[in-house]
Amino acid sequence: MRDNEMTSPDVRIDESGATGVRPLLEIRDLAITFKTGGGEVQAVRNAHLTIMPGETVAIVGESGSGKSTTALAAIGLLPNNGKVSGGQILLDGEDIAHASEQRMIELRGNTIGMVPQDPMSNLNPVWKIGYQVRETLKANGRPSGPDDIAKVLSQAGLPDAKRRAGQYPHEFSGGMRQRALIAIGLSCQPRLLIADEPTSALDVTVQRQILDHLETMTKELGTSVLLITHDLGLAAERADKVVVMYQGRVVEAGPSLELLRNPQHPYTKRLVESAPSLASRRIQVAKEQGVETTDLLAPAAETVKPETFLQIQDLRKVYKLRSGLGKATDFAAVDGVSFDVRRGTTTAIVGESGSGKSTVAKMVLQLEKPTDGRILFDGVDTSALKPAELFKFRRRVQPIFQDPYGSLDPMYNIYRTIEEPLRVHKIGDQASREKKVRTLLDQVALPQSAMQRYPNELSGGQRQRVAIARALALDPEVIICDEAVSALDVLVQAQVLNLLADLQANLGLTYLFITHDLAVVRQIADHVCVMEKGRLVETGSTDEVFEAPKQEYTKALLNAIPGAKLMLPPEVA
Amino acid sequence: MTRFILRRLLQVIPVFLGTTLLVYYMVFALPGDPIAALFGDRQPPQAVIDTLRSQYHLDQPFWVQYGLFLKNLFTFNLGNDFTGQPIAASLARVFPVTAMLAIEALAIQAVFGVAFGVFAGLRRGGWFDSTVLVASLVVIAVPTFVLGFVFQLVFGVQLGWAKPTVGANANWGTLLLPAVVLGLVSFAYVLRLTRASVSENMNADYVRTATAKGLSRPRVVMAHILRNSLIPVVTYLGANLGGLMGGAIVTEGIFNVPGVGNKLYQAVLRSEGPTIVSIVSVLVLVFVVANLLVDLLYAWLDPRIRYDQ
Repeated sequence: MRDNEMTSPDVRIDESGATGVRPLLEIRDLAITFKTGGGEVQAVRNAHLTIMPGETVAIVGESGSGKSTTALAAIGLLPNNGKVSGGQILLDGEDIAHASEQRMIELRGNTIGMVPQDPMSNLNPVWKIGYQVRETLKANGRPSGPDDIAKVLSQAGLPDAKRRAGQYPHEFSGGMRQRALIAIGLSCQPRLLIADEPTSALDVTVQRQILDHLETMTKELGTSVLLITHDLGLAAERADKVVVMYQGRVVEAGPSLELLRNPQHPYTKRLVESAPSLASRRIQVAKEQGVETTDLLAPAAETVKPETFLQIQDLRKVYKLRSGLGKATDFAAVDGVSFDVRRGTTTAIVGESGSGKSTVAKMVLQLEKPTDGRILFDGVDTSALKPAELFKFRRRVQPIFQDPYGSLDPMYNIYRTIEEPLRVHKIGDQASREKKVRTLLDQVALPQSAMQRYPNELSGGQRQRVAIARALALDPEVIICDEAVSALDVLVQAQVLNLLADLQANLGLTYLFITHDLAVVRQIADHVCVMEKGRLVETGSTDEVFEAPKQEYTKALLNAIPGAKLMLPPEVA
Repeated sequence: MTRFILRRLLQVIPVFLGTTLLVYYMVFALPGDPIAALFGDRQPPQAVIDTLRSQYHLDQPFWVQYGLFLKNLFTFNLGNDFTGQPIAASLARVFPVTAMLAIEALAIQAVFGVAFGVFAGLRRGGWFDSTVLVASLVVIAVPTFVLGFVFQLVFGVQLGWAKPTVGANANWGTLLLPAVVLGLVSFAYVLRLTRASVSENMNADYVRTATAKGLSRPRVVMAHILRNSLIPVVTYLGANLGGLMGGAIVTEGIFNVPGVGNKLYQAVLRSEGPTIVSIVSVLVLVFVVANLLVDLLYAWLDPRIRYDQ
């Protein structure tokens, strides 16, 4: 009898006939509290949200805004210490905010489906994909034979589904795992699908394919979608309505384009302004312009000395891959890459995962040995460096890594973290080192009081500032940023990018910027190198590459940026 | 997989030679004369001593003794111990008894440890969890010989549920009481290990996803929490099987179990090199096989682990 309400076509509502129809999901005055060691914390308050049948609604916000918490409450999956402390969650008129676990088990899967965020951790590694689909079908009383499983998987765009069903999650790529999760989420044809950052862990081109496919499937089935994302562009592009959440409250809601072009709430305005997009320009140093950083167009290349500082010549890196029978096959992670980096400029290497961009960074940092080719640093071949010279080289070239949670030692306080490189290189005495640390903290705009704190007491953006301060401690000439802002929320990302631009202007730093995010490249880079499968497919100045991409691959990358066109100002679009 | 198993079995050879050599040397280096000890207070004629010495090759240098032992081993003739009994026969008597005891103890640990651990882990901080944690701490803290005597007194003598000693008629029934005592300490460890593993896996993303699919709670626990939680537990149990087979000298002593522990203890007292090393040789094999089984079980539990690479 449960099946009736889903499979009978008369329940589905024509997209146009939304007026006078009862909303599928209506969240009224929702409040959610978490019990923590320090008492109760209100994570969500007065949240309102309405989803009509067949409609896609996106909740946008940064981490900690309560967007995921709201969605989890709707499917009854709040963590144990969280509870709905007020308001209603009406699913087709039934209040499920305090429904019994039994009722929620009935609803989950076949009335409310979920596609979770991280494809790497959301499939159980010990069961075959087919098994994980089958148990979903079985639990919801649907036919679960091998053909049914294959059908569900192939509908989600998984090729060769019969064979794939017999494989384990670790044999799948990230994109394929996400397809499997979408297959599971939609396998019982739920009326509401909660998609929590369904593609944030994937490359842009894969992201686009998956979102396209998800859109087609939900349209076909008439499924309503609650899309959770931190990406305003993506929300605007994919959803009919956007709800913006900030610090546990809904601050603004409305039709997507309207909200994007004419934001009302100050937070939404800041979000729209700082969202990096293809329309933004190279960040100029704040003190030079004294105005909004993203507005000015500047031919940055003219202001710097065109001296070649770092030369990468025909660089190759070959890894031996072991296949099943113990035979090793060669895999060229980097295959004949050459480019120059000029002093005081920013060169970005762009590519998807597996393109070899991080391997190039590691070789420049001398953390990996090139198989072939040369890296000339200030005219000297780095492969010929003796240990003592290499030690000196490391003073001049410093890295900033992606994960500000993983790249700081949790047992070191901030002072010790920043001071460590100075101690390792035996620079100055205790007093002068302390002075240096204080200066560095000023440079990255962190308060002096941060010195005694530990990484877990800082936010993501603050941690990345610490990582920058540590990199600057040795007064390096080159900084290699490997996805240095990818893990940060949009607003924080904008602040860190501005900081990096300021430091470059003041200290004459040279940046090699590794990223998958083209919008970030647009804001910070003078030159771009696009990599695909270990090869350099296109290089040029940022303006050239963005305005007139020559290669198909570059065009595909540019097109795949969510909301790329929407984010342009109205007159341009 | 076959290659992996073969390779692991080949590793037995150096491990075997190394351990037997080491143990043999330690026995050789023990102070005191084993032959003199055989006669206690009496002083036997020198001719008798010399005959016995040459009979057991005690007059030969270390390398010759060890070489002869190896030769005996590979011809499946372990020789006689100092009381004239064939060593092979006495091993055949003691090992089955200890094997029964070990398997029973292991089963108790595994079944009860995992079951209690899962319940405690699922409701961490609940009354069951708290009770079981305190109880397991008591079990870990109290030495085996105290537990052994208490159980013997209470269940064997006062309540009469089981025979207080095992003696000559060792079978599954009579060995149950010593097996419980032997298994208790490891049971506490298995419980704590399972509990920690379960409560960690409970918060895994795939568990939440499994719930979101509409699976019932028991199904989520069985299919998605339990299997993933067993990996560290299996390691511990595997290592433990080797230890249990080595014989529990204290427990076997209390309950008078004619097993490996007792035999080994007596052999050490008499400095009987061949007997000690024979027992150790079998134990080395048991350890290697137990570890191999653990590794194979790993691969079954976690398909990401592949050995043929």
